[in-house]
Amino acid sequence: MSSGKTLTIAIMDAPYESANSTTALRIINAALEKGHSVNVFAYEGAVSLTMRAQQPHPNPVKGTSVEQEQHPTTKDWVASLFKVANKQAANLDWVNCGLCVDERGAAEWIEGPRRGGPKDFLDASLASDATLVIPTK
Amino acid sequence: MPKILNIIETAYRATLEEQDDTVLWLTHMLKNAGADTSILLRANAVNYAVKGQDASGLSFGDAKLMHPPEIDKDVEKIIEKAVPVYLVEEDAKERGLSDGDMVSGIKKVMRRQLPELLDQHDQIWHW
Repeated sequence: MSSGKTLTIAIMDAPYESANSTTALRIINAALEKGHSVNVFAYEGAVSLTMRAQQPHPNPVKGTSVEQEQHPTTKDWVASLFKVANKQAANLDWVNCGLCVDERGAAEWIEGPRRGGPKDFLDASLASDATLVIPTK
Repeated sequence: MPKILNIIETAYRATLEEQDDTVLWLTHMLKNAGADTSILLRANAVNYAVKGQDASGLSFGDAKLMHPPEIDKDVEKIIEKAVPVYLVEEDAKERGLSDGDMVSGIKKVMRRQLPELLDQHDQIWHW
């Protein structure tokens, strides 16, 4: 169990469309690296951040192959965050909004996230030292 | 072939996740496909023309970004492809950007000149 504080973050943007996603992941990473626990409520398009079927692609503009491009995927970044949490003995509780998942057909995730709903977000917020909302603009 | 003006208004949308800018990339692809297209950088997207950008160093645990975006170089490459890249001069000045900060080949336009620029194109795609 982590001896640090607990942060709850709600994120809303779909992957590959906004800097918000990367910023949120950087904050989560920084908190975990310091041994703090993080609750994530992935709402609306953010449920797609952890979709298992994400694949890197080549870049025809640069003329690079899949191997050369080494295109990142958000599901790999999130998977790495779970490893960071494990290494730091901190807890990362990643909740994908179930209704948001259903309406998008986005139910196939990497290992780590769990299905939940607004009540999980509320409970996490009430039990946290701070809550940060990063909405879609 | 219609003349298309792509207006980029919002900068750095997922450029780290994509390793480039999605609209610059799309414009490059459209040019390769034969489109007659131009770009107008406005609002915070004027920063795309600033040379010397460095977005390296991102990592999450063991996951490291191996090829960070090089937006300024992408702008230079698209200019080399004969895609005119315009920039709203006032938007640059408001952000403290001067000519010396910019990659070469950028065409500055004043806000009052925008109607004329838009009128030179058949389609306006405002991203």
